[in-house]
Amino acid sequence: MTEFLAACVVAGTPLAFATVGELITEKSGNMNLGVEGMMLMGAVMGFLAGLSTSSPVIAVCAAAAAGAGGALFYGILTVSLKANQVVCGLTLTIFGTGFAKFVGEPLMGSSAPSEITGFFGKIAIPLLGDIPVIGPVFFRQDMFVYLSYIICVLAAVYMYKTRIGLNLKALGENTAAADASGVNVTLYKYAHILIGGALCGLGGAYLSLVRMPIWQEDIVNGRGWIAVALVIFVGWNPIKGFFGAALFGGLSILGLRLQAMGFNVSQYLVDMIPYIATILIVIFSTYKKKKESQPPADLSNNYFREER
Amino acid sequence: MKKVLVVMLAVIMAFAFTACGGDEESSDAGKVGAIYIGNINDGGFTQGMHEALEKSSEENGLELLYKENVSDSDAQAIRDAATNFIDEGCTIIVGCSYGFGETLDELANSGDYDDITFLHFSGLFQNETNMENFFGSMDEARYLSGMAAAATSESGVLGYVAAYPLPEVQIGINSFTLGAQAVDPDVEVRVIYINTWGDAELERTAAEQLISAGCDVLTYHADSTATQLAAADAGVYTTGWNYRNNAAGDYYITAPYWDMSAYFTPTFEAILDGSFKPTGNQPFSSYGSMESGMICIDDFGPAVPEDAVEQINAVKEQMENGEFSVFSGEIMYADGTVLCEEGQTLTVEEIWNINKEIEGVISTSN
Repeated sequence: MTEFLAACVVAGTPLAFATVGELITEKSGNMNLGVEGMMLMGAVMGFLAGLSTSSPVIAVCAAAAAGAGGALFYGILTVSLKANQVVCGLTLTIFGTGFAKFVGEPLMGSSAPSEITGFFGKIAIPLLGDIPVIGPVFFRQDMFVYLSYIICVLAAVYMYKTRIGLNLKALGENTAAADASGVNVTLYKYAHILIGGALCGLGGAYLSLVRMPIWQEDIVNGRGWIAVALVIFVGWNPIKGFFGAALFGGLSILGLRLQAMGFNVSQYLVDMIPYIATILIVIFSTYKKKKESQPPADLSNNYFREER
Repeated sequence: MKKVLVVMLAVIMAFAFTACGGDEESSDAGKVGAIYIGNINDGGFTQGMHEALEKSSEENGLELLYKENVSDSDAQAIRDAATNFIDEGCTIIVGCSYGFGETLDELANSGDYDDITFLHFSGLFQNETNMENFFGSMDEARYLSGMAAAATSESGVLGYVAAYPLPEVQIGINSFTLGAQAVDPDVEVRVIYINTWGDAELERTAAEQLISAGCDVLTYHADSTATQLAAADAGVYTTGWNYRNNAAGDYYITAPYWDMSAYFTPTFEAILDGSFKPTGNQPFSSYGSMESGMICIDDFGPAVPEDAVEQINAVKEQMENGEFSVFSGEIMYADGTVLCEEGQTLTVEEIWNINKEIEGVISTSN
């Protein structure tokens, strides 16, 4: 059972990065549906950098940069040029998919160098790793998984405990009011869209550099869309985002687990559960009008100062 | 969105056609056009196919054109790939995936392409003039790999990452299990169906789940080497599949694989000298075997005990002489029904009617 829970955390890690990334983006009032594309860009560039330099640090940086690069396109289109956010996000997904195929074609079948697989091998954290159940599930993982813990906690502290985080929240709730109170709207939007993109890139890189670690064309395989659903599921809360990711990750492997145990449950059926759960949560939170789990009020509205 | 895409693709395609019309530096004998489902360096099925086609084309002085990553379910893409090749002067079209069959069959029987020969791997379609489907008795190599797996295993529990519950896959599972039972009668084979031919992440996760369910030797029927990587990481043994590609180092025990050049070289020769005629045998017009050289098993890894290697090689020799049938004697399905009776040997057609797992297999479909 602990083994399965540990596998859930692993399966949830790419989702956790992408979810926190998308959540930060959405908090700035921008809905970026290009998560899938940015994850693929991060996955392929991280893998390429890892393959050519054998340096885990450079590979991770390249992945974040690639994700942020995709987000930059989106930012220019939606923040500076005020284009429709949904359309631009979808375009980014299509672009990212093509980009990964193009760059990844010569990489097909190659595997990450041993320096990288060694660096991202499982490491037990002293003391914490020895706690029963919790130890093996959370604290005998690889560096990348630990990075996801740090990022989720940092994101929560940033959003709930800092002044900049409060400004970010104000921006998403009422952009005009935030602008009036002196928040630099363009700077804030760009910064958070780029951070969000970088995190999505890292999520993709986890798959190509650590999880597999071989290059495969459709390596992200719809996880970007699950992350978009997860953001709603967890009510824009990064800590819940981590556990939600582990839960959705767990559901994605539950069918296989059941088969290995000899139970007959269709994986297709299990695959639907996350989405059904998301729909239920949306209905529930809308019905209850729970303030903290509502989307930012100005989400996906482009901000025209002149129209104030 | 879709409409725009369609228009754009149509424009691109139009350009592609004109671009292809231009160069007329064809080799004398002719051209072969191959349609692949995957990438030619996937370390598995497509790579094995491609290398065999390169070899056989060269031996017959043919030029090989190919198109990678054609979706199994996209009839339009398959048709475009084939007609494109024909426009470029190909006289032989090779479809290297099960799902290409229906479209190629339509083209072959349309009357417009009577001078073109269509060769299709696996599938249901063939005629007696210009379309042949070919396959082989992979059950032989699977049987041998099952023997090696059981001889290597300590727990007596083997894991099988399988694509779909289809006859091709289930024949593999059953023959692997029969081979394993020949070495260790109490062996248990656990199967996970991932319901896709290839998704490296899913394959890896399935492999990991099998390992945590107690399997200490894995095998797989899926496109990537993810199962091998997962096994090597966890320190359990694994076979390869489709291609001689050891991705697991010392944890690799062997691999059942295809040598398609054993089929392509004589077939191309026959097509070129005009003597080619599909047999029309059901279910496959051409059925290779270990005897014909199409079905092979890789050398055994260091983990397989030496006496087991001797035992396996003895069976292999019988297979190469055509003296050994995998599905022979009393074999029961896991649900208690009879697959093969005492004294009976299944024919190729009967083997391809298999749609369940035999006793000793633990899977969700029984």
